[in-house]
Amino acid sequence: MAKGIKDKVAILGMGCARFGERWDVDAEQLMIEAFGEAQRDAGIGTQQIDAAWLSVAFDAVNVGPSGIPLATALRLPNIGVTKVENYCASGTEALRGAVYAVAAGAADIALALGVEKLKDTGYGGLPVRTRGTGFDMIGVTGSAPGNFAQLAAAYRAEHALAPADLKRAMAHVSVKSHANGAKNPKAHLRKAVDIDTVLKAPMIADPLGLYDCCGVSDGAACAIVTTPELARALGKRDLVTIKALQVVTSNGWELQSSGWNGSYLHTTRIAASRAYEEAGVRRPREQIDLLEVHDCFSITELVTMEDLHISERGRAWVDVLDGFFDAEGTLPCQIDGGLKCFGHPIGASGLRMIYENYLQLLGRAGPRQRSKAPRLALSHNLGGMPSQNVSAVAIVGLQGA
Amino acid sequence: MSVDPAIGILAYGAYLPRLRLQRASIYACNSWFAPGLKGLARGERAIANWDEDSVTMAVEAARNCLGGLDRSQVRSLTLASTTLPFADRLNAGIVKEALNLADAVAASDATGSQRAGTSALLQCLGAAASGPHLCLAADLRKALPASEAELQQGDAAAALLVGTGAVIARVHGIHSMTVDFVDHYRAMGERFDYWWENRWIRDEGHIRLLGEGLRAALQKWAVAAQSIDALVLPAAVSAVGAQLARHAGIRAEALTDPLSATVGDSGAAHPLLLLAAALDQAQPGQKLLVAGFGQGCDLLLLETTEALLRHSRTQVTAALARGCADTNYLRFLAHRGLLRLDKGMRAEQDQKQPGTTLYRHRKAVLGLIGGRCTHTGVVQFPRSDIGVDDPERRVGTQEDYPLAERRARIVSYTADNLTYSPAPPSCYGMIDFEGGGRLLTEFVDIEADKLAVGREMRMVFRIKAVDTLRDFTKYFWKAAPLNPPTGAGS
Repeated sequence: MAKGIKDKVAILGMGCARFGERWDVDAEQLMIEAFGEAQRDAGIGTQQIDAAWLSVAFDAVNVGPSGIPLATALRLPNIGVTKVENYCASGTEALRGAVYAVAAGAADIALALGVEKLKDTGYGGLPVRTRGTGFDMIGVTGSAPGNFAQLAAAYRAEHALAPADLKRAMAHVSVKSHANGAKNPKAHLRKAVDIDTVLKAPMIADPLGLYDCCGVSDGAACAIVTTPELARALGKRDLVTIKALQVVTSNGWELQSSGWNGSYLHTTRIAASRAYEEAGVRRPREQIDLLEVHDCFSITELVTMEDLHISERGRAWVDVLDGFFDAEGTLPCQIDGGLKCFGHPIGASGLRMIYENYLQLLGRAGPRQRSKAPRLALSHNLGGMPSQNVSAVAIVGLQGA
Repeated sequence: MSVDPAIGILAYGAYLPRLRLQRASIYACNSWFAPGLKGLARGERAIANWDEDSVTMAVEAARNCLGGLDRSQVRSLTLASTTLPFADRLNAGIVKEALNLADAVAASDATGSQRAGTSALLQCLGAAASGPHLCLAADLRKALPASEAELQQGDAAAALLVGTGAVIARVHGIHSMTVDFVDHYRAMGERFDYWWENRWIRDEGHIRLLGEGLRAALQKWAVAAQSIDALVLPAAVSAVGAQLARHAGIRAEALTDPLSATVGDSGAAHPLLLLAAALDQAQPGQKLLVAGFGQGCDLLLLETTEALLRHSRTQVTAALARGCADTNYLRFLAHRGLLRLDKGMRAEQDQKQPGTTLYRHRKAVLGLIGGRCTHTGVVQFPRSDIGVDDPERRVGTQEDYPLAERRARIVSYTADNLTYSPAPPSCYGMIDFEGGGRLLTEFVDIEADKLAVGREMRMVFRIKAVDTLRDFTKYFWKAAPLNPPTGAGS
């Protein structure tokens, strides 16, 4: 029986490029920006990397196929580079590859790097693309907001919630993330907003208004991982280790069966339970100190609080309005601004979340550092749409936590 | 020619698109250029939505016609139209797949004139012994802005099931005449008709040619003109309808409503639509005379039977009642490709349809046929080799399970302003079918504020997208409200 990944792999260094509309650079420079920071943090040379994983989600106007763009940009030392794509969960997927390689003993030091260059597409939001020849004939592609907005309709129906109550809770989610993002020098959006602005914003996909949606950004983030023993040998004192790394991929049950009511993420519930089991977390609401979740839309963050078993079913909106997830709340969520404000360069986002958790665990988050020193931090990285998706949950923590 | 009295119409159906464009709204935009159109700026006309064409409208009329009838009985189908989407791909073949008819049916397209509908009907009646035949007629006519035709035409479809046995209307006689009278024409590949002078069309075409045809037919059939209970004349002829009836000796009361004020002239479909309307109103034992006009005429005399009373007789009345007034002339122009809008980069997605995949999945895509696991009983769409919800993951356990005629309820929904749609906001969401199976689908014929979890929906056959690079229309099914909201359309 597999025992999981807990404490088998340590983070040697992490880096993150400034997210935003990076009209000045290509994906190659974003990769170098993130990698440079991680390399300085890790204190290693490029030639010490044994294997690498590159996560990029969109092919339309981007780096192109294969791991070659990463190998070329960083001039990696003739090693295997694997490109991974798993919708918006690609970043965590890249880390999974690197972590598993180290845990297996196949690599001493591995790199996971996610990058996305979205601001060359010519329009805001995610690029329109095929979902496969089969789906394209019978499915609805829609927009990302349109796909996630349906969570709200089903959530209201499931919990007999008045539209105005849910809308206000959703607005609180975004107001909180804007307040947090304002303190983050690498964030795409650094302006606080008030709740009226959020509530009155133009409708994108009912009931999601402009401020209920994250934008898309250019950016890159990366992690260099190794064994705890090697990390100490390389001079690291305070170690952040991987406690759990779970990915659950929809198998069509939500889309084709009748068991799912559309109000939650089936995959997230399973991934979260498995991650807590892997990490030895029994009471997540008390034991997890920080949350970075896939807040592509305010409603996604809200229902995810239930799917991660933090809020009771049908009560996340109350926790949200109570400020439970605010930066000064009991369990801060998106203390860096989240996808909403830090930004969402798709392939990099899962690694960006872990980058923030890593900084916070080490007390290196600057003005946005959580006052109560965190020991366990969870990140949730979601790709696809509620009816068909990939949900990744990673828990990182201080060694011994 | 003598006609077997057991031959006739077994069932009928009609389809009108939901929106009715107000002619005053058309005229308001065009009066600066064509003030002479004022006399036509009354009433409303049926307009197909952006995702409808002659094929989709014919499918809906056929579904209304066939109702609960056993579709495996249908031996052939003909689709008559002067606005078929494909010049060389059997349009009736698309209808056949959508109706989930057996592969062993004959199918053909009939086109070429405004009487293509009646000509197809006469052909079906002539071959009734080998039926039942499904005779469909649909037209989505295109006219230039500020033309008379734009105001006079309408979009509609009608369906007649023709055969022998328990007919609701028996054929009493048929008659045709063919004369190359060119009141208008449209060359192959052209988008619009070219019309000759109204007065000539009226005097020489409608009064003289059609009048002669009527008199000849009545004489041939040895039927007393006074005994005709309903005279169904083409809409274009309605201005001289009373004159034609008088000349032929038919009572003026027999003239039926040409639906000019409510639908508009739906071309090849119109005589069949008007016949459906007449059958809605008729009583058993009545004589109906139907005329089609175009390079001559087709004439058909029917006599209704007692079986008529067992048929659902609200086909046209219900379709008329479902109409929603629309005043958005600019949207109409855009949907007809007459106004080029800045669609934005999101509209640039390539819609290329691999022919191989469409062929392999034609039952699912065109027929909305899902699968049912013979072990677990679970219904799903589309079907797959390994079914959903089978803990044993058995391979190849599914049987075909048609979903098109099943009602459904909304599970989740949104109104999306971001994604490209010719009719924003794009409304879509998840529906669960009665009896199992679910689908993420687009919603049509409903305003965004009428969407609700639990709302009852029915499936309709529509255009999914058009590959404009390669001129290929992609079809699929969408969900429309079972009890559509009426009143003003948006």
